[in-house]
Amino acid sequence: MKILGIESAALVASVAIIDENVTIAEYTTNFKKTHSETLLPMLDEIVKITGISLSELSAIAVSGGPGSFTGLRIGAASAKGLGLSLDLPLIHVPTLDAMALNIYSSDALIVPIMDARRNQVYTGIYKNDTKLEVKVPSMAVSVDELFEILKETDAKEKAGRAIFLGDGVPVFREYIDKNLEISHDFAPANLNRQRASNIAMLGMEMLKSGNIISADDMRPEYLRKSQAERERDVDKTDADL
Amino acid sequence: MKKNNIKILAIESSCDETAAAVVEDGRKVLSNIISSQIDLHTIYGGVVPEIASRKHIENINFVIRDALKEANVTFDDIDAVAVTYGPGLVGALLVGVGEAKALAYGLKKPLIGVHHIKGHVFANLIEHENLMPPFVCLIVSGGHTEIAIVKDYNDFEIVATTRDDAAGEAFDKVARSVGLGYPGGPKIDKAAKLGNPFAIEFPKARVNDSKYDFSFSGVKSAVLNYQNKANMTGEKINVNDLAASFQRAVVEVLVEHTVTVAKDYNIKNVAMAGGVASNTALRSLMEEKCSEEGLKLHFPSPVYCTDNAAMIGVAAYYEYLNGNFKDLTLNAVPNLEL
Repeated sequence: MKILGIESAALVASVAIIDENVTIAEYTTNFKKTHSETLLPMLDEIVKITGISLSELSAIAVSGGPGSFTGLRIGAASAKGLGLSLDLPLIHVPTLDAMALNIYSSDALIVPIMDARRNQVYTGIYKNDTKLEVKVPSMAVSVDELFEILKETDAKEKAGRAIFLGDGVPVFREYIDKNLEISHDFAPANLNRQRASNIAMLGMEMLKSGNIISADDMRPEYLRKSQAERERDVDKTDADL
Repeated sequence: MKKNNIKILAIESSCDETAAAVVEDGRKVLSNIISSQIDLHTIYGGVVPEIASRKHIENINFVIRDALKEANVTFDDIDAVAVTYGPGLVGALLVGVGEAKALAYGLKKPLIGVHHIKGHVFANLIEHENLMPPFVCLIVSGGHTEIAIVKDYNDFEIVATTRDDAAGEAFDKVARSVGLGYPGGPKIDKAAKLGNPFAIEFPKARVNDSKYDFSFSGVKSAVLNYQNKANMTGEKINVNDLAASFQRAVVEVLVEHTVTVAKDYNIKNVAMAGGVASNTALRSLMEEKCSEEGLKLHFPSPVYCTDNAAMIGVAAYYEYLNGNFKDLTLNAVPNLEL
């Protein structure tokens, strides 16, 4: 059962094809070039190299958010177009859940942080000793709010340690070192960003539990309204007061 | 490669309409599905790019399925996938471009990138079987004001452009300012019918140093000044008169320049394209002047004037015949030039 994984929620563009228990191919880039220009050519490259036909796929797993609004839509449009043309189901994999798979066999709390601008991070709290456990699902919060939630979770889980990863790390590393009382580490360069094999792997599990969505219905989970809607909400609240 | 019975699936998402169509041989529209978001944007007084992009991704597969269904075809019958890749809102364009590329790749069909404005120009071919190049086309929309000479199906020369706002943009701004709301074009058109176009003399939308170019900022500012002055003196504005007078100042110049271009280049066929081309005052004055000058005027039905994918399918056919295909690196180009 082969699954295609697509990841373009942030600066990383990544595609992977996995089978049961094996990653057949993965192509990941992390530099400033628009995903619109790279994502499908990268897929074409691994298809050509492996000789796998798209018709062999059972499903397409896509990094569903949160993340860059545009990045998420490029991934979603690619997955929806492939799903529609190949008549395949989609699997909407939470971006942060898949990131947490970078850390394995650890009793630490895993805390992926993505820079969400406006002084916030997209984050969640996980454990992955042998099986991924979602302790706090995806949210958009300030780093200080994250610290509070992390403290509560740490007290409950008695983990005593947290591992941070993601593109929020370079932005907030100093702040975390200075202000977080919990013992913590930062994942090394080979484990600190999104990758499509994680999306595909989590997608495989979700597929087996029937957690699929049609290509028509798939839409990203932004965790945030558009700026115009937020401003309008503020205006409405002001008016209500 | 076959040249007849070419069926193109076309996708358009450059602004606030999610659209898909199936067009055969560049003239025959087998389906033309448009999912408009106008109600969503009206409360914001204009198109909100992020909201438009979100709606596109939600709607796009349904719109494509509907287009296939209405055309009574399946993906197997499609010869190529075409998509608008600019100009337009980048986030909105990216949805269509991403979808079209993935479809073309999944189906192993050629991919065609279409210039949105070229689509608008080619919309004229849908209902006018005998219209073919060369012809002069006035392109007027919320984002564009241009006069193009269509020398051949794939050979356009832009001879006039706006120095500032697009005509449709000026309509939107004036409509908003006098409280007519969004979208400005149809609202002004409607109000103007009840007003006197000669009530107020606004500056014409021309520039001094060019025979063909346009400028709408002057007339727009004059309207806003007129309104401010009236507000300060407590004078009541006749909105219908103001709409009619503003519309005349814009429309007269659009018509005059288009007719001048046709005469200067000795071209007998004139066409109009874009959302503002359905403005009734523009249509009637253009008809009047063209018939005075012995020119033949064409314009699309309103459904083909506003954004739609059928026009993209028409334009794509000529790219198809030229073998002008795109690869998977195709990107959205928000300020794509003709």
